[in-house]
Amino acid sequence: MSDVSLTVNGKRVSGSVEDRTLLVHFLRENLGLTGTHVGCDTSQCGTCVVHVDGRAVKSCTMLAAQASGSTIVTIEGLANGAELHPVQAAFKEHHGLQCGFCTPGMIMAATDMIARHPQGLDEATVRAELDGNICRCTGYHNIVKAILAASQAMSKGAKGKAKQAA
Amino acid sequence: MYSVNYHRAVSVADAAKLLKNGDAKLLSGGMTLIPAMKTRLAAPSDLVDVSRLKDLQGIKVSGKTVTIGAATTHYDVSADDKLRKACPALAHMASLIGDPAVRYKGTIGGSIANNDPAADYPAALLALGATIITNKREIAADKFFKGLFETALKEGEIITAVSFTAPAKAAYEKFRNPASRYAIVGVFVTKGKDGVRAAVTGAGEDGVFRSREIEAALAKAFDASALGGIKVPAKGLMSDIHASADYRANLIAVMAKRAVAAANA
Amino acid sequence: MGIEGVGARVARKEDKRFITGGGRYVDDMVVPGMKHAVFVRSPHAHAQIKKIDVKKAQAMPGVIGVLTGKELKADGIGNLICGWMIHSKDGSPMKMGAWSPLAVDKVRYVGDAVVIVVADTKGQARDAAEAVEITYKELKAVVDATKAIQAGAPQIHAESDNNLIFDWEIGDGKATDAAIKSAAHVTRMKIVNNRLVPNAMEPRAALGHYDKAEDHYTCWTTSQNPHVARLVMSAFYNVAPENKLRVIAPDVGGGFGSKIYIYPEEIVCLWASKKTGVPVKWVADRTESFLSDAHGRDHVSTVEMAFDKDNRITGLKVDTIANLGAYMSLFSSCVPTYLYATLLSGQYNIPAIHANVRTVYTNTAPVDAYRGAGRPEATYLLERTMETAARELGVSPAELRRRNFITSFPHQTPVIMNYDAGDYNASLDAAMKASDYAGFTRRKADAAKRGKLRGIGMSCYIEACGIAPSAAVGSLGAGVGLWESAEVRVNAVGTIEVLTGSHSHGQGHETTFAQLVNQRFGVPIDSVSIVHGDTDKVQMGMGTYGSRSGAVGMSAIAKALDKVEAKAKKIAAHLLEADEGDIVIENGEVKVAGTDKSLPWFQVALAAYTAHNLPAGMEPGLKETAFYDPANFTFPAGCYISEVEIDPETGVTDIIQFVAADDFGNIINPMIVEGQVHGGIAQGIGQALLEGAHYDGSGQLLTASYMDYTMPRAGDLPSFKVSTSNTPCPSNPLGIKGCGEAGAIGSPPAIINAITDALGVVDIAMPASPSTVWSAIRAKKH
Repeated sequence: MSDVSLTVNGKRVSGSVEDRTLLVHFLRENLGLTGTHVGCDTSQCGTCVVHVDGRAVKSCTMLAAQASGSTIVTIEGLANGAELHPVQAAFKEHHGLQCGFCTPGMIMAATDMIARHPQGLDEATVRAELDGNICRCTGYHNIVKAILAASQAMSKGAKGKAKQAA
Repeated sequence: MYSVNYHRAVSVADAAKLLKNGDAKLLSGGMTLIPAMKTRLAAPSDLVDVSRLKDLQGIKVSGKTVTIGAATTHYDVSADDKLRKACPALAHMASLIGDPAVRYKGTIGGSIANNDPAADYPAALLALGATIITNKREIAADKFFKGLFETALKEGEIITAVSFTAPAKAAYEKFRNPASRYAIVGVFVTKGKDGVRAAVTGAGEDGVFRSREIEAALAKAFDASALGGIKVPAKGLMSDIHASADYRANLIAVMAKRAVAAANA
Repeated sequence: MGIEGVGARVARKEDKRFITGGGRYVDDMVVPGMKHAVFVRSPHAHAQIKKIDVKKAQAMPGVIGVLTGKELKADGIGNLICGWMIHSKDGSPMKMGAWSPLAVDKVRYVGDAVVIVVADTKGQARDAAEAVEITYKELKAVVDATKAIQAGAPQIHAESDNNLIFDWEIGDGKATDAAIKSAAHVTRMKIVNNRLVPNAMEPRAALGHYDKAEDHYTCWTTSQNPHVARLVMSAFYNVAPENKLRVIAPDVGGGFGSKIYIYPEEIVCLWASKKTGVPVKWVADRTESFLSDAHGRDHVSTVEMAFDKDNRITGLKVDTIANLGAYMSLFSSCVPTYLYATLLSGQYNIPAIHANVRTVYTNTAPVDAYRGAGRPEATYLLERTMETAARELGVSPAELRRRNFITSFPHQTPVIMNYDAGDYNASLDAAMKASDYAGFTRRKADAAKRGKLRGIGMSCYIEACGIAPSAAVGSLGAGVGLWESAEVRVNAVGTIEVLTGSHSHGQGHETTFAQLVNQRFGVPIDSVSIVHGDTDKVQMGMGTYGSRSGAVGMSAIAKALDKVEAKAKKIAAHLLEADEGDIVIENGEVKVAGTDKSLPWFQVALAAYTAHNLPAGMEPGLKETAFYDPANFTFPAGCYISEVEIDPETGVTDIIQFVAADDFGNIINPMIVEGQVHGGIAQGIGQALLEGAHYDGSGQLLTASYMDYTMPRAGDLPSFKVSTSNTPCPSNPLGIKGCGEAGAIGSPPAIINAITDALGVVDIAMPASPSTVWSAIRAKKH
């Protein structure tokens, strides 16, 4: 058994789990954060993506014990209270989801993608960077649209803030 | 996944000690090992996590000499400014591994220790004539990769870094398996002070290998045109539902041509 | 159209929970005392079970129960059935082999469930599953349907000779033969439709809970049609009578057909819950899904298409062998028959058609409806043949199609269907314009300069949605009716609940159904709740498949709304002292036309419940139910054009553009309709370029994970150009045709027609992977 302590969505949490417990199962079963999903066995589908220490990783390919000491953000912790994160808002506005199963992982991957490309994104880059997230419903058309829109909104937002600071 | 005991090493020496537990295995990024454990294809009794060891992380470039810590992630290799100047081909290669989430976790040491016949790093290190540094010795890449999932590593030996001299020219071209995104064929070519090297991953029945045919042609002229009529033999190449040996042989020639063109660009 | 009414591009209400992690799927459900199940599955494609020893497994840590098929049979649980009776042309009924939810004597495909293990944790259940000792005697297996019907092939079921399930025909054989004989030209092809795995992103799951005190079962399951699940589990599998069985399909992560059927796992989980005394949850791994979800397609056909000297089609003869896998899944028999051969007239005037269909057992996973179900197979066969014919006849593919289009409606085809409305030229025109078809020659020449092979291909599809009416499908062998139910409950404060038998697993019903209500009463969609997926809440319903929720499900709601509206008007007329005929409902106001007299909507609702001042004799309350049974199928149609560029060195196909021009009839929410088309196209492109389930000769599935089965990724696809040009459907009150499957139906031939055009070959196998394309290029050179 391992003692696992983490900061998840801003809260300190801990638990004692079998060493073989995957982070995704710790989140879902011990913490009840069921927004993070499992859609494959081979670390490819990306429905399990969460942020660990600021990086979007697959929580199905990491032991809870490995993550101990880390800071984690899941889909449940992305919005700022009632205010949706710009990526969440863009997915809704542009119909970037249908059944919703891949959506949390998509959104977590997309926020990371946007953060890695502060200069902005183009369609080809978005499509290439979605290699680790599989969606069966949308044909990706509106997901790509949503991410591009969110990226634009966020860079505008960032510029606005920079202006204010100046 | 079968039951397993997890240990987080505090130093390389500690990791070496922990490795003596039962059938222990090192855990770095875990991008190959954990999926294998989930499907019960791998069943180590103990896992020794070295991913947080600071000694194993980071990229140093000094003159033409590049040293990369074993637990450096693919993302960090792909995004390192010093490396992108010294050996852009390797940074580019790292950006083609798996997907973004995998690149954040997977490490160079883990990749070469596993020596998957379709992994990218083995081709790079072989073509770069790199040296694999362990807690016990230094091993030339030519002697390190020993066939499918086999390396020269001895029991209890831990890769701490890899090092190489940045070549004058280098490039990597990868043809991905449409499903797994591993290489069906990946060709890494280099032109350095010791001549031309061309290493091929994804294709060989015995794993990564240097293509004598391509190296011989490029030794005459390091130019895509030198590979114009080249025939890569299909013998010894893998055949599966995604690609026949003939198709792989063709792809080796095509990827090599494109890699040379990119290296010269 | 109001801002939230019919035709408005309204963002989805349900998204809020999905984008914040608040979706509730079966695996998210927790019941006190719940334990976890793992199924022991056959590693062999075909074997006798000699012995099952569970002792070791039972003694493993955490194990609560290890149960076998023998115990299941002893408790009277029935075999799985196929719910659509098809008779062979000799009049004999289809040969349905016994399918026990847990195999007893014999296993017939890799993945066949044999034992269920229930333990405290899933890990423990898996550990124990490995300790179950099963002795098999392996038998020879056959995976290819064309081989399975040959003499000497391994016999899979005692009920069927030579693995033949039925040998069925439709149309006029004599007339068709005569047409072929006297034809000016006959195009002949062999057409293979590759086997696919549906791969909804949420794996199948079931949670069975037996309440001993109430002698009552609850089943949470990943179902597209919970009521049908309850009906079948009660009536055929003897799990429990319907009043003692509640089936809940909460948020479901995609279905695409694969979650229509009742599988062994939900039955066994319910039974195991009673047997072990604990709630039992099972969630499939992805590989388990690959092995045991119903697969799709897998047809091998020959076709002859006859033309007169004016290039008009005079006859079509088709012979199809359809692989149904190891057992007959719930609707497997209707897919290669009434959902396939009845669509073989396509968009064309064809005076004589004959199709013969043989369905066959093999040692592979059961095959059933997958997005499009029969219609993609018909479209692929027809549109590949039209393309080849155009090339053989030396006419443009567009011209050949135009010459043969049906242009007057209604149109009776020789294969049952009566097309009610359509404008096929309009879709073709729209698609050719959007794709700049005229500029293709120039683009091809440009590509050639860059060393690339460019091709263009079109596909004019028709499909049939909202299978109906019930009496007609009953006469064709269906075991169920295909109507839908609705209940509209206006609350005393004017908010509204709509209970529907349709089930949303991505289609956005919570939004579109509310838009329909908004259109009628002006109530904001946030004040309208759509209730579905629970047999305790919603009366009998038929679920969602075959693109039926709009045409059938919403029509039922419209009918219930009619009744509510009529009663509300009566109440308002009484309160406003006006004539009932003068009452209109607009923007949330109930008004007397031509006056300033009005009441807010909620006051009418309140009046219905206070019942202080109702018209004489009127019952209190404002709640109405309706059942809607359509008069006919609906016939969405359209034209898809794809343009590809091939790298001859590697065989890689890039889709340069993909254009879809559809006719879906009236549209409630264009944004959602476009989303359906996008997703369908991606699956169609997947079939054409990427996906294929591949068994080896011994019956092992070689493509049993995403490492080997190529799922379309974002980088494999372009953005799509979609548009609609609509002719309202005259067969239902809303004029809706349905849009859920069109993309998957129309796109594969458009892609393959483009690739064969680029390569200058007659045919290429799907999926046209880089290696397949490269091989075709090489074969052509030599």
